[in-house]
Amino acid sequence: MESMENLKRRAYDLRRDTLDIIMAGGGGHIGGDMSVMDTLIELYFNQMNISPENREDPDRDYFILSKGHAVEAYYAVLCARGFLDLEDVRARFSRFGSPYIGHPNNKLPGMEMNSGSLGHGLPVAVGLALGNRMSGRDSRTYVVMGDGELAEGSVWEGFMSGHMYGLDTLCAVIDRNRLQISGSTEDVMAQEKLADRVRSFGWHVVNVEDGNDLDALHAAFAEARETKGCPTCLIANTVKGKGSPVMENKAEWHHHVPTVEEYEHIVRDLDAGKEALLNV
Amino acid sequence: MSNRIPNRKVICDVLMEHAVVDKDIVVLCSDSRGSASLTPFFERYPGQSVEVGIAEQDLVGIAAGLAKSGKKPYAASPASFLSTRSYEQVKVDCAYSGQNVKLIGISGGISYGALGMSHHSAQDIAAMTAIPGMRVYLPSDRFQTRKLFEALLADEKPAYIRTGRNPVEDVYTEENCPFEMDRATLVREGSDVAILACGEMVRPAADAAELLAAEGISAQVLDMYCLKPVDREAVLRAARTTRAIVTVEEHAPFGGLGAITAQIVSENDPKKVLEIALPDEPVITGTSAEVFDYYGMNAEGIAQKAKEALA
Repeated sequence: MESMENLKRRAYDLRRDTLDIIMAGGGGHIGGDMSVMDTLIELYFNQMNISPENREDPDRDYFILSKGHAVEAYYAVLCARGFLDLEDVRARFSRFGSPYIGHPNNKLPGMEMNSGSLGHGLPVAVGLALGNRMSGRDSRTYVVMGDGELAEGSVWEGFMSGHMYGLDTLCAVIDRNRLQISGSTEDVMAQEKLADRVRSFGWHVVNVEDGNDLDALHAAFAEARETKGCPTCLIANTVKGKGSPVMENKAEWHHHVPTVEEYEHIVRDLDAGKEALLNV
Repeated sequence: MSNRIPNRKVICDVLMEHAVVDKDIVVLCSDSRGSASLTPFFERYPGQSVEVGIAEQDLVGIAAGLAKSGKKPYAASPASFLSTRSYEQVKVDCAYSGQNVKLIGISGGISYGALGMSHHSAQDIAAMTAIPGMRVYLPSDRFQTRKLFEALLADEKPAYIRTGRNPVEDVYTEENCPFEMDRATLVREGSDVAILACGEMVRPAADAAELLAAEGISAQVLDMYCLKPVDREAVLRAARTTRAIVTVEEHAPFGGLGAITAQIVSENDPKKVLEIALPDEPVITGTSAEVFDYYGMNAEGIAQKAKEALA
């Protein structure tokens, strides 16, 4: 486990890596990458029993990125954890014949399942948690969804079955950045009283007021781990495009590729953020 | 009818026999255990049974997750819903992600008869064969169903298996059921016309060959239980050793056995291929036997089509 100070610095470094992957590949989903980054960091560096060494061990923890379009952030984190090579990802992302496609590819080390079609991850995670319990393992299963994704009915089928089987090793995270490709989630398909909705399906719900705050995420995941008898859902209230005002809270940055000027601006903002952290 | 054992009952028997020793076998149903004849499995192996309610997307997603955890899931649900309601989960979670999920489409084709088009699965061969990595099987009788499931239990790749609701007349016997995985079974040798059939249409195809023999026409009958991977060599052999081909399937006239056969034959050894299939419209109301008779999907209709092919 890394110190929280290190992880907070990493949050800037890995956003920069994500940005570079997108620039190199000429595509990606930058807004959702940046909102979900802190959740991925906390999971991969603090919470999950998963590493390049034990990635085939059945007793490991399992992770599914249901919002598969945030794959660039996932690449950056898997590179930092030693599953993938950052230079290789940057050189080949989205290129002809590349294994580094625009959504998770489970032919790559560290990626458990292919995703991309929204609403799939939670049912798969229910199956994983159920299967591991049947096999007597105490592995934990984590799945990260977007909030726009919640309009898919299959998500709610998964909430039903996760509760039905009392899967307390299952933890779902909703990256609640309140924006989707067409605009505000509340205008496209409202998700108000989200915590109440999920709670009414029999889940323990933790509302993480600042889902880009690693300390808050750390505490929320600890609470999930301690919750017995039912699965836990973290609602991580995040900022889409987190890291620079150039891209924050702008629906058009769902999959915008920065111009050179925008890129330089974002890099300056990330550097400044990291610098400020070092000076604390 | 002499046989009273539906193929679905045999599937339950085989899974129960293996579940005694293989604790990784898990059966999933979507409020469909009765329809699937899987109630005995759920009663005997509650720890290896998963009920998901009427939620086919969840059914297949959970099955894929179970497979990822090392289990060997068998998800059974009416073929009409399993093949299209959960199509995307089949494509992404099972096939694309390479998970060992066996999908059992029960009450396939027009088994549900008068319940109407919502309950008919006339698109499943087309839909499932179009997915990279998905295998598609339509066993013909109870003996072949057993052999097929014995083979499927031994592999770790996804597959879709369609079975009917009602007992069907035997094609084979317990002692004589030749079976090789992914190889069509030659039911009857013949040199004038080849009748290629799958699923419940194999027995009427064999009966049609009898009718044709009485008229001096030698009909070859191939049991094409494996739609994907399809046995290209068997199809080409049929084309080379006869003068015309007739295909028979309980499926829409697009993307099924007829289309697959015509594609193989036209690319290699052009011969006339006539297709017997369900019409491109909601089928007429009736029991499956009544519907088959109405559309000429019986021994007489197949024999008639064979003579047309030879004319």
